Amino acid sequence: MVESIIERITRGNFWDFHGGIHPPEQKFLTTNKPIKSLSLPKQLIIPLQQHIGLEGDVLVSVGDKVLKGQPLTLSKNAMVVPIHAPTSGVISAIKMSVIAHPSALRQLCIFLDVDGEDTWRERQGCTDIAQLSNHDIIAKIANAGIAGMGGAGFPTHVKVSTDHNINFLIINGAECEPYITADDLLMTEQSVAIVDGINILDKLLNPRHILVAIEDNKPSAIKAMRQATANNSKIKVCVVPTKYPTGGEKQLIQILTGKEVTAGQLPIHSGIVMQNIATCFAINDAIKYDIPLISRVVTVTGQALAQPQNVWALLGTPINFLLEQCQVNSIDNEKQPVIMGGPMMGFSLYSELVPVVKTSNCILVPSKIEMPSAFEKESKEVECIRCGQCSDVCPSQLLPQELQWSAKAKDHAQLTKLNLSDCIECGACAYVCPSQIPLVHYYRIAKAEIREKQLLDLKAEKAKVRFEARKLRLEKEKIARQEKHKKAAAARKAAMNKATPEAAGAKSAVAAALARVKAKKASQEQDSATDNVTNSGVTDVPLESVSAEKSQVSAAIARAKAKKKLKEQAANNDSDIVGENTSNTEDKKAKIAAAIAKAKAKKLSKGASEADHDTGNITAPETADKVPVAAAKTASTPAIVATSSSDDKKTKIAAAIAKAKAKKLNKGASEADHDTGNITAPETSDKVPVAAAETASTPAIATTSSTDDKKAKIAAAIAKAKAKKKRQEASSGNNNDQNSV
Amino acid sequence: MAFWIASSPHNHNHTKTPNLMRLVMYATLPGVLAQWYFFGWGNLIHIGLAMTTALLCEYTVLSLRKKPITHELLDGSGLLTALLLGICLPALAPWWISVIGTMFAIVIAKQLYGGLGHNPFNPAMVGYVMLLVSFPLQMTQWQPPLSLVTVDLNFINTLTTIFTGFTIDGYSVEQVRTTIDGITMATPLDTLKTNISLGLTVLESISNPVFGNNFSLGWEWVNAGFLLGGLFLISKKAIAWQTPVSFLLSLFICSLIGFSLSPDSSASTMFHWFSGATMLGAFFILTDPVSGATSNRGRFIVGLLAGLLVYLIRTTGGYPDGVAFAVLLCNMSAPLIDQYTRPRTYGHLKGDK
Repeated sequence: MVESIIERITRGNFWDFHGGIHPPEQKFLTTNKPIKSLSLPKQLIIPLQQHIGLEGDVLVSVGDKVLKGQPLTLSKNAMVVPIHAPTSGVISAIKMSVIAHPSALRQLCIFLDVDGEDTWRERQGCTDIAQLSNHDIIAKIANAGIAGMGGAGFPTHVKVSTDHNINFLIINGAECEPYITADDLLMTEQSVAIVDGINILDKLLNPRHILVAIEDNKPSAIKAMRQATANNSKIKVCVVPTKYPTGGEKQLIQILTGKEVTAGQLPIHSGIVMQNIATCFAINDAIKYDIPLISRVVTVTGQALAQPQNVWALLGTPINFLLEQCQVNSIDNEKQPVIMGGPMMGFSLYSELVPVVKTSNCILVPSKIEMPSAFEKESKEVECIRCGQCSDVCPSQLLPQELQWSAKAKDHAQLTKLNLSDCIECGACAYVCPSQIPLVHYYRIAKAEIREKQLLDLKAEKAKVRFEARKLRLEKEKIARQEKHKKAAAARKAAMNKATPEAAGAKSAVAAALARVKAKKASQEQDSATDNVTNSGVTDVPLESVSAEKSQVSAAIARAKAKKKLKEQAANNDSDIVGENTSNTEDKKAKIAAAIAKAKAKKLSKGASEADHDTGNITAPETADKVPVAAAKTASTPAIVATSSSDDKKTKIAAAIAKAKAKKLNKGASEADHDTGNITAPETSDKVPVAAAETASTPAIATTSSTDDKKAKIAAAIAKAKAKKKRQEASSGNNNDQNSV
Repeated sequence: MAFWIASSPHNHNHTKTPNLMRLVMYATLPGVLAQWYFFGWGNLIHIGLAMTTALLCEYTVLSLRKKPITHELLDGSGLLTALLLGICLPALAPWWISVIGTMFAIVIAKQLYGGLGHNPFNPAMVGYVMLLVSFPLQMTQWQPPLSLVTVDLNFINTLTTIFTGFTIDGYSVEQVRTTIDGITMATPLDTLKTNISLGLTVLESISNPVFGNNFSLGWEWVNAGFLLGGLFLISKKAIAWQTPVSFLLSLFICSLIGFSLSPDSSASTMFHWFSGATMLGAFFILTDPVSGATSNRGRFIVGLLAGLLVYLIRTTGGYPDGVAFAVLLCNMSAPLIDQYTRPRTYGHLKGDK
């Protein structure tokens, strides 16, 4: 495969890429004049970043005297390319200044006041590259600050330090942009140095073939390069047809090898490395003479200049100096465009102080006659008529007219589908568009929008992840909290159900605390009362102590009573648990019945607890005690009767009698209540729930005794019914009691 | 000092849409001249009427749409539409035919869709089809070649016929179309269709004087004129060669198959090529970039489809010629064809779109 490619190349039979245009070349303006060396400018403006990648750390400060070739920034990162002082002088400022950028961006620049002596720093040249290891060479290239000089400015040392197997090293001398002749003249004048540079690359990359591609409109360069490579069979000079954009990396690869660089991949993935002619020259300078990249050939051209020519320009030279050297004719025209780069892909400069950087190959100052479209203030854009000329010339085989519509409509999804990212912005489509639509401009905007949107999406995605993580965390915490609460509740319940003295104690403690609070309140009231008393006389002092004693006593009594009730309740709960436990072995229905029974028992116990609360209010009502006790006795009778009786009717009658009696008694009790004032009948209400609880627990016990399912069911049902009735009665009794209370 | 800022590319090949339109108009000249030579002043008068109407309509709509009037009025697209419509009309059709047709083409088919570049259908053909459907009588009153007409159709006579329906001497359009024998003459395509439906063979039919010595008297030269203009446009790269080539090829193949199957009831391939609006359609109507397909493969497919449709309409349809209908049907399918004929982008695999 590779061999057949070489055979084809040897025959001069190249592939073609889709589309392409033939704009007026205009290379005659500068191609027959030698590269001129300029005098030193007064001041150099050296941007910290002149390549794709990152800025280095500044090594100098204002007022420092620097020597020619002295590094100004330090590279700590592979994507950092250092810059060097192009000549000797004093650093006068380090500040933001307009740089070579389409949007006239400002960037940190080092201002160097040239002293005119041009004193070199110490240099360590190397005449025999065979002595150097590849590592040393790459380090030297990196330290010399070499970045791709063709346009993009990719750090060269990164490009040449690869582990890939390289089939083709392509040296790009196509220079397809109109007007530009910098590489052309460099090849013509410095072919030997370029070939030496190529040999260094050969040593580094060890490619199988080296192809030097030159468009057929540069006969002197072709001749010079052929001569320089005559005794090197590995290097082949390929004369390719002139067509724009042959010099595009992807296009040149297609022309020479017939291969396409797969979208999203780099040429190196296909075993191809491409380097620019000027880069090869700079590599040779750096290795052999230890000259860092401090100057380059710049084509200063255009018919607005009296003397268009190629010049050796120090990096950092402001373009107004270059224009002066080439005797600009009519820069006073306020619409005069000054373009850095070629007419197809270059960008117009905003300021005359923009400095030459490592990627500046051309300064174009066209006259209005030769390039009227560059002078037009208002866009002459008319509607697209879908003539399709743009897609005919597109080297990426895109559909510029469809892209244009989607770009105007901001349809980013469609733009992605139409492979906008594969657009190399060569400008061929806009060049041929009869409707004068600035197509590339639309694509640049759309690309920037898509990039921005992707960044936003990325941010949003991150925020979403963050939000979801937080939600999950909160959810987890909530569950954990609930779990904890459940456990605590269960523990509390278990502790309460144990009926241990501690549990009882805990409960009584609560009750006691309540009582204490109340007592305190009462005592406070009394205190206020006694305060009044104390004001009246000294004899009141013992009275106060007496009342305090009294309240203490009453509290103690209340505590004791509360304890008693709690004990009863605990016993009550115990019976519930027994029933529950036994019912576990029984079938579902028994369980349900038990549960119902339990629930009812609970209800009753609630009533009891209500009574409990009531007891809190009681403050040793000696006089009232007797009546409630009697009432309680009678009230408890129906329940007891009910439990002992198995006959329905009898129970009913008995219950009715009991009820009536209880009513009577209650009436009396309530009357007593009224007499005694606020004091309730705690004993009555206490006893009734106990009895009820007892009766309520019976069904559960009944069910546990039975082993037969059916029988048990029936028994349970009966028991339940009975219990219900009894309970109803009991509760009605209870209710009556409570009502009376 | 600040310089002039512009976006790249800074250079342009100086082509302009109005220039392109003008070039297409110039390219119709051979055909129009042939039409004038064989059929008299009728079409030239209609072209003038249509162009005037087109300018007036565009001016009105553009001012209503608050568009830059001089910029768009003179882009030539409206004039080209009018020119193509004027060429298509029967020479002696009444004046309001071209006025109504142009108004419809410019206002409805073009400007209401958004003006130049946004019309899904070829405006001239929309106007023509509207006329054909709405005014079938006026639109089928085709005048035979001057050599067969007994009335002297000079400029004045044609003008009065178009504006009043009668020549100076009082001949009506119907009388103009009638031979000395009292037979009304029609176009060769129409005559052939009628004769075949009457059971006559093609050979018997072409003895009719309207067919002349070759394929169809007059029409063959008009078609040849448009072919010449079309070749000129292709050489100037003003139109894509794919559409006309595939269209003519498709029509040739279809008529060849038809002719080989039943020579008696099918016209020859060259008759199909050199009669009716074949060449005008191939080089001037189907190549309209706005309403056609954009990719080269798409253009080829559109051409093939149009050829097939024209043949089917001419042989089995209700109308003697089918170029206008075929063009509109192709316009309809163009977006779909475009969708499926997108070229493979550099660095992408086939199908990886």
